[in-house]
Amino acid sequence: MQYLVSVIDDRINPGRDDREPLISAFNERLIAAGHWVFAGGLADTSAATVVDNRGEEPMLTDGPFVESKEFLAGVWIWEAPDLDVALELATEASQVCARKIEVRPFL
Amino acid sequence: MNDADDAVARAHRTEWARLVGTLARRFGDLDVAEEAAAEAFATAVARWPVDGIPRNPAAWLTTTAQRKAVDRIRRESKRDAKHEEARMLHDDSPPEPHGAVDDDRLRLVFTCCHPALAMPSRVALTLRLVGGLTVPEIARAFLVQEGAIGQRITRAKAKIKAARIPYRVPSADDLPARVTGVLAVLYLVFNEGYLASGPGTDPVRQDLTAEAIRLARLLHGLLPDDGEVAGLLALMLLTEARRPARVEGGELIALDGQDRGAWDAGLIAEGHRLVRERLVAAAAGVAPGRYQILAAINAVHTSARETRDTDWSQVVALYDQLARLDPSPVVTLNRAIAVAELDGPEVALALVDRLAPALDDYHPYHATRADLLRRLGRVDEAPAAYDRALDLIGNAAEAAVLTRRRDALP
Repeated sequence: MQYLVSVIDDRINPGRDDREPLISAFNERLIAAGHWVFAGGLADTSAATVVDNRGEEPMLTDGPFVESKEFLAGVWIWEAPDLDVALELATEASQVCARKIEVRPFL
Repeated sequence: MNDADDAVARAHRTEWARLVGTLARRFGDLDVAEEAAAEAFATAVARWPVDGIPRNPAAWLTTTAQRKAVDRIRRESKRDAKHEEARMLHDDSPPEPHGAVDDDRLRLVFTCCHPALAMPSRVALTLRLVGGLTVPEIARAFLVQEGAIGQRITRAKAKIKAARIPYRVPSADDLPARVTGVLAVLYLVFNEGYLASGPGTDPVRQDLTAEAIRLARLLHGLLPDDGEVAGLLALMLLTEARRPARVEGGELIALDGQDRGAWDAGLIAEGHRLVRERLVAAAAGVAPGRYQILAAINAVHTSARETRDTDWSQVVALYDQLARLDPSPVVTLNRAIAVAELDGPEVALALVDRLAPALDDYHPYHATRADLLRRLGRVDEAPAAYDRALDLIGNAAEAAVLTRRRDALP
């Protein structure tokens, strides 16, 4: 079972920025335990471009598809046997990243 | 009701949760389990009056329900062969070496009360899958539209499946926290029954209190060594025991005005027995949790033949113990009510007034203040406190008694 694990940042109350070493160590543990599938941090939402080619002409829009105070700062994909295992890891991840974490199953 | 109907009703009470639990483990799907169990009982309603009551109703129901489940999966697999085949092979029930207790009903309870589900979903799912209440019964109990309850249950089951919420008793490490979550669900059901909040409902909903007690008994049977489960069951029993004396002429009767002769002696004896067992455990060094302390407080009240015989110093001591575990303003308020009996209303009012910032939206705070002011003869201040309580109140019988007290002020 794979879960998309989103790291949620908050413009009003941003998390701390000194987390790199802790996150690296956490990733090592994810790999060692066989949970790690993918991880990646994201550039600021201002670097996003939205493409819409549902109409006659493709439309490009500068910026994220939705402006909000909370935004996606990075993602993991984890392999876990069930939600309890994923939630336990997410509890740890939230502390390590000093941010909120959303856990969502893939279909 | 004839014998067969009676037998179906009895089997429903005793076998429903076990049946759903077994099917859920065997087929790895709560939807299939719920429908197959419901179909098995529907078949029993039709067959038992004709064929006679089976010698072993539980076995008959299990066999029938399993056949229904297999039929349904076969039917669906014609539509979506690969997917359904995969599901049938997906056995989610390895023997859990880390599981503290092994019982299908217990797995079912922990799955329905999983912390990843919203509280209203946990309540609805538990009443449906563990309690065996129908969707219309649950909707009526919580004064919610049937469609809304149905949707809540459907969504919760869909999340359990999609996110793979495990069908498992938590490991010993996680067990206390998860049991606390289950008890919160049962206590919510009980309290909604004991002090119904809807404007058009009976002030006490016995259907809900009885169901909560039944589920608490089930959980106590499954986890007999868990002190907090025993504590919550005792608390419910000792509270329910006072129900016959609690409402009179549409008014809620406070503890001191109740006809103690009308209390249910059987429930009190059972509750006291549980509290005594926990006292023995506490003496052996097992620290009691909040439900055990609340049960002990209720044991003190139900031990007094008359209100004036109440051992208030014991009640205050128990609230002190509770406040160490849970230093919340609500606990402080309840402690102050006991202090009023021990040290007088003036001492209590000083404690209560300090809670204003935290409890301004909590009607018992204003109701307590109003009564303390009344007892102190501060009749110029009491009406405003009664009015504020009445603005916030949801229970009709409780509103009636406060209105009368306010209007009786000189």
